[in-house]
Amino acid sequence: MQKIGVFVCWCGSNIAATVDVKKVADVLRLEPGVVISETYQYMCSENGQALIRNAIKENGLTGIVVCSCSPRMHEATFRKTAESAGLNPYMVEIANIREQCSWIHKDMDEATEKAIVLGRSAIAKLKLNAPLTSGESAVVKRALVIGGGIAGIQSALDIAEAGYEVDIVESSATIGGNMAKLDKTFPTLDCAACILTPKMVDCAQNENIDIMTFSEIESVKGFVGNFKVQIRRKARFVDEKKCTGCGVCMQKCPSKKGKNEFNMGLNNRPAIYIPFAQAIPNVAIIDPEQCLKLKNGKCGLCAMQCQVNAIDYTQKDEIIEREYGAIVVATGYKPISLENFNEYGYDTYKDVVTSLELERLMNAAGPSDGHLVRPSDHKEPKVITFIQCVGSRDTSGCGKPYCSKICCMYTAKHAMLIREKYPDTEVHVFYIDVRTPGKNYDEFFRRAVEQYGVDYIKGMVGKVYEENGKLMVQGSDLINNEQVVIPSDLVVLAAAIEPNPSVRKIATMVTASIDTNNFLTEAHAKLRPVESPTAGIFLSGVCQGPKDIPETVSQASACAAKVVGLLSKDKLKCNACVAHSDETLCTGCSVCANVCPYGAITYVDKEFRIGGGKTETRRVASVNEAVCQGCGACTVTCPSGAMDLKGFSNKQIMAEVDAICKR
Amino acid sequence: MQEMNNEKRPLIVAFCCNWCSYAGADLAGSSRLSYPADVKIIRVPCSCRVNPMFILKAFQRGADGVIICGCHPGDCHYTTGNYYARRRMSLLFSMLDYLGIERERTRVEWVSAAEGAKFSAVMNDFASKVAALGENKRLEDLRCKE
Amino acid sequence: MDRKEQAKLIKERSGTDVRKCMKCGKCSGRCPAYAEMDIKPHQFVSYIEKGEVEKLLESKSLYTCLSCFACVERCPRGVAPANVIEAVRQEVVRAQGGNKVQAEKIPETINEAIPQQLLVSMFRKFNK
Repeated sequence: MQKIGVFVCWCGSNIAATVDVKKVADVLRLEPGVVISETYQYMCSENGQALIRNAIKENGLTGIVVCSCSPRMHEATFRKTAESAGLNPYMVEIANIREQCSWIHKDMDEATEKAIVLGRSAIAKLKLNAPLTSGESAVVKRALVIGGGIAGIQSALDIAEAGYEVDIVESSATIGGNMAKLDKTFPTLDCAACILTPKMVDCAQNENIDIMTFSEIESVKGFVGNFKVQIRRKARFVDEKKCTGCGVCMQKCPSKKGKNEFNMGLNNRPAIYIPFAQAIPNVAIIDPEQCLKLKNGKCGLCAMQCQVNAIDYTQKDEIIEREYGAIVVATGYKPISLENFNEYGYDTYKDVVTSLELERLMNAAGPSDGHLVRPSDHKEPKVITFIQCVGSRDTSGCGKPYCSKICCMYTAKHAMLIREKYPDTEVHVFYIDVRTPGKNYDEFFRRAVEQYGVDYIKGMVGKVYEENGKLMVQGSDLINNEQVVIPSDLVVLAAAIEPNPSVRKIATMVTASIDTNNFLTEAHAKLRPVESPTAGIFLSGVCQGPKDIPETVSQASACAAKVVGLLSKDKLKCNACVAHSDETLCTGCSVCANVCPYGAITYVDKEFRIGGGKTETRRVASVNEAVCQGCGACTVTCPSGAMDLKGFSNKQIMAEVDAICKR
Repeated sequence: MQEMNNEKRPLIVAFCCNWCSYAGADLAGSSRLSYPADVKIIRVPCSCRVNPMFILKAFQRGADGVIICGCHPGDCHYTTGNYYARRRMSLLFSMLDYLGIERERTRVEWVSAAEGAKFSAVMNDFASKVAALGENKRLEDLRCKE
Repeated sequence: MDRKEQAKLIKERSGTDVRKCMKCGKCSGRCPAYAEMDIKPHQFVSYIEKGEVEKLLESKSLYTCLSCFACVERCPRGVAPANVIEAVRQEVVRAQGGNKVQAEKIPETINEAIPQQLLVSMFRKFNK
């Protein structure tokens, strides 16, 4: 027999002014199962809680109903109270008679009547409550960082610094990402390599960090604290452990027609190559598309030259499996493809380049050794025109609807650097709006105009065409209300950035949600910006939204703090209100697994006795309580009624409906 | 609400998801934005927890209107729950149409935790529409009466 | 009809949402008839957005717009300046009950440089 205690709170006058709390307590005392019903001025106060504790102990209560404020306010408080008196914390129900009753109604009779109904409904639910315990799961003390750009590097370094093991999985042959390609960084104009390469070296030297380059995520299974990840280590045809990065093979290789990816394809590289001088790991890689030995078996010059026998033409992809407690997604971005923007002639004219290509053209380690020349004839450009918002803020379907955030600043940086290094060069910038919020950012942009004399033109470019060897840039000058045509030698397009396309596959594997622009969705736009809604998955860098380097680094560190917080726990306490399936009813139809947003439902074959000493094996749903977040989508979709949600069971909610409708 | 006499007030069951709409209802309360006492709220973890059976049950037991409130599309705490709710309810509503239950007696609304004013406005509107329809007699099961 | 009503009508007739314009000026940057226009394509969008139609109704741009739709093609926000211009043109044509373009005069003014589409556009207006 259940013994229920009802505790009606006055909340000073907040409840008592519009609800006759004495009457509520008196009426609810008559409900079957209720053995004690009391009121108190402030039930949440220490005295109020003591009253509840004593009542539980003295009357041997099996459950309590507190008629008070919203459960969002004090449910946790009263659960703790119950627990301290030896009652299971889930044997507590709250009737919300303040926010949803006394505060919105003025008539005392009406409000009192409603409070009684709400109390009855809570009692009805409580009668069907079962004591719940939250499960626990162990935490693997190792983190995986997907992506080795500045975001991944910073997250990995911070996690490693806290004493946990981290693996960086990077799809290209070196870590460093887009930042390694940059020349200078705004707003202080320090050289990207000078600030990034030391961090890359730190990664390589940190014994807690394991770098896996030229590797991809094959599959992710498991849940927070216990991810099992398969990683494909693609064949690079060079033994990473043996190669010393001497570079002799690169000089000897006869096939030198591969596009140099690191230089945005602006020059060529041999079939065996090290991506760039400061690559980490500083190990060669063979491009099987270009290598003569791999293509037709004739050559083998590099293997002959290699003094440490690092070259292995027979190397195959290898799949390794590792366990992780947390996963950081730091897959970064790439500039969009410009095929939809033929008005700018990117595909037609060699001297129309993207900003990232310009970075390489200006970089001392780039194809022109830092001497800014046009790609077509290697002459110094005298008039350079920048076009901003190429594909950004575009809702016509050709580009991206969002602002790429970094373009205004890097265009100002480029313009400034060019005017400084080549003062006789004319620089024009077509802009829609110049957006430079941030510390020292607007000052930086104004310096480009005021100190360096960069010509900013408010308006967009309509077309770029060639005339007498010049690129004619035709656009609006909205301030002067005229159409201008600027004969230019070099045109630079500030192409929009988009998330790395691989993020889609990864998001599916880790069941992280993704928005219409392929950016990963954070758990809360303001309060949980570095976590994915899926527990144990964290977001670092541009994969979550456009960001510049300082923002990326701060987010990467924030992300690391969250990972460290997770890894520092020995056990994770799970949500107690989880789904569970009644195996005698389950038909193994898989419908529940399809609607589960967390992939918490798997199927197991189980033996059931069917009478007559016989058994049969049936496939039944099994809920992983560590993963289930308790939304209840499966409970409604289950055709056989086998799925139910603890704490919000079908019977409990039906009982509430009944209690409310009884009159 | 003049249509109903004083002894028989309409009875409205509101299912509110824990993360958005229930919090929205709390905000309506703390902002003292009133709505009729006929509305009784049942807290569910997510709008997708609302089984169509609950709604049929409510009507069977004599509820005059049932409203389901969840997070705005795309804002679901559980990512996709409200989409399931939306689909299930649109199917259920066609069935209720078939049964001759007036469309105005059921409703799905998206109310965020910040929309206390919207919650109150929605409930006022819904309650007055349900009151105008009068008692739900078609689906009420008289055997359930005590 | 008051000007506000008229602006609303023109907006409706153009079938384009002028509020989507982010004032980048790409339409005017691309316009091949820009030099011949007193009011430029981006200004048409802006004036209509503000509900100021008087100047537009008297604009010479109505008859210099080639209806080449380059502005529509290039607009990053899906706004159609050419449709706005056409809608204003319709307004003028309907109000006058006639047309500034007279079919019998076309052979005199025609020359090789005039795009075919302009003629088609003119006839479309003339027939209304």
